[in-house]
Amino acid sequence: MGNHSDGSPNHSGTVATAGQNEVEKFQDPGIPPHRLRLADTDPKAAKRAERQVAILFGTSVVGTVIFLVAYFAIDLGDDSTIATIRLQNALLGVGTAFAMLGIGTGIVHWAKALMPDHEVSEERHAIREEDDRQAAVRIVDDIVEETGIKRRPLIRNTLLGAVALAPLPALAVFGDLGPRPDDKLAHTMWAPQEGKLKRLTRDPDGTPIKASDVTIGSAFHVIPEGLNELHEGKLNEKAKAVVLLMRLDPASLNPSPGRENWGYNGIVAYSKICTHVGCPVALYEQQTHHLLCPCHQSTFDLTKECKVIFGPASRPLPQLPIAVDDEGYLVATSDFKEPVGPSYWERDEHERSING
Amino acid sequence: MKALSQKRRHPLAAIALLLMGLLLTGGLYAVATTVNQAKASTADFSASDTEEGGKLFAANCATCHGMGASGTQDGPSLVGVGAAAVDFQVGTGRMPMQMNGPQAYKKPAQFNDQQTHQLAAYVASLGPGPSIPEAGLLDEKGDSAKGGELFRTNCAMCHNAAAAGGALTRGKFAPALADVSGKHIYEAMVTGPQNMPVFSDSNITPEGKRDIITFLKQIEANGSPGGADLGALGPVSEGLFVWIAGLGVIIAFTIWLTSRTS
Repeated sequence: MGNHSDGSPNHSGTVATAGQNEVEKFQDPGIPPHRLRLADTDPKAAKRAERQVAILFGTSVVGTVIFLVAYFAIDLGDDSTIATIRLQNALLGVGTAFAMLGIGTGIVHWAKALMPDHEVSEERHAIREEDDRQAAVRIVDDIVEETGIKRRPLIRNTLLGAVALAPLPALAVFGDLGPRPDDKLAHTMWAPQEGKLKRLTRDPDGTPIKASDVTIGSAFHVIPEGLNELHEGKLNEKAKAVVLLMRLDPASLNPSPGRENWGYNGIVAYSKICTHVGCPVALYEQQTHHLLCPCHQSTFDLTKECKVIFGPASRPLPQLPIAVDDEGYLVATSDFKEPVGPSYWERDEHERSING
Repeated sequence: MKALSQKRRHPLAAIALLLMGLLLTGGLYAVATTVNQAKASTADFSASDTEEGGKLFAANCATCHGMGASGTQDGPSLVGVGAAAVDFQVGTGRMPMQMNGPQAYKKPAQFNDQQTHQLAAYVASLGPGPSIPEAGLLDEKGDSAKGGELFRTNCAMCHNAAAAGGALTRGKFAPALADVSGKHIYEAMVTGPQNMPVFSDSNITPEGKRDIITFLKQIEANGSPGGADLGALGPVSEGLFVWIAGLGVIIAFTIWLTSRTS
């Protein structure tokens, strides 16, 4: 059982067994015998492999042509439909895939079937001698000696100071890369401007909603008045301010003390941004009065002020206090009384400052 | 315009302006208030339709909905739900309900068109409610881009952006909208069947509903030129496919790369 040389075709060495004084060493098993491929011996097979590689490269050419034809020949003018765009997309993808795969597989097949396949072993370098280490130490010593950094502490200290201070401008610049968010997350467009209450308007048209428009069982997707007229930051504002407006039987609502006036005749408005990670909660079931978040199935009960009854959300959806103005349109009497959406670091602080 | 500006100091100008303003607001108010009026359109139905419908109702529906459709413990009152609700529920086979459950399923309709029409006539006669939409709103010739925008805002969260349907809570679901007739889509919007919210004409205008139907029919007709759409269910089905087929292809390639040619 002491002979471990099995499997090595060229050498038949023995491996030292325990108890012997020699240092244990692996015998080099060597390279297995070279096996010729079909293409090496048979010119016909070589010719066939050559054709296969050419076909693969040809596939790539066809793929590129498909891409170019799809890109330039498919007209995406006014007459085109979604189907046209989808067809173009599909052809662009198929063309690119064949163009890239054809080259890649062709090269691999070429290398495997036709290119010389002799094995090469590379000698490993010997581990560095102690002399080399000494030489490196001498170079460092020379630097210390010739720069005289030990003898001239003034130069050394000023250099240290300069290097330590040099990154400070970068710190200042990075600090000013963007404005701090401050309390932007705590406020939305619903806050009254100059005493004028914001009307609730339909998403996406921006037309105001009358209380009489909202029949029982209705669900309106709502954006604040003036959102569509914003020139910049429109999406950021929309992401905070979207609201779902619903009407149910006033008897089934159970407003808590202080919130009795936040709805109007059974019409209530709640933030559409989930308090878990901010997906739009807009799946409203008008018979069960449940609001479902499609991302992680958090479920909110509208009759309990959107209390979480299932899922990972930890807080009820914030309610928007609404009333009716003298023209019969729904308006928000104030901003949300808490920051909308998921938790963030300063949220508690912001909630306290909103509620004075 | 010049003549108008010269006469603006005329003693009667203020009165004329006031009159114009009053007429304008009055006119607008008249238009605005009629928008949301429940339409008790019994014009399409003859007296015999209503009478036959009453008999059908007593025989097939009254067990749950009560005599006179006033509702019982097992079924809601149908007074004021309108002809559109009957046409949708009976026309898609959801009513009569097969059994109690989270949701009534679509199944082969139990009544023919004439009987459905008679039932609708009977229920519409009980109280004003949404009526069956006119053919002009169902011609699928609206603005599909606008319809798509409205669909993505109001409908896509439950019915999926490609209208492939989706799950709700506790066994309920929003059905896929392919192969649903434009008339039934319209009626579902105005009546809000089961847990679907109501999208009355004051929320989405009749033209908006026409646009939505146009959009839905267009994406249905367009199909999927890129191959199987895997139910248009997004990352679930597509992810499963990529994990299995994509990883399989990668493994096959690595085996090929490291194998020796014969």
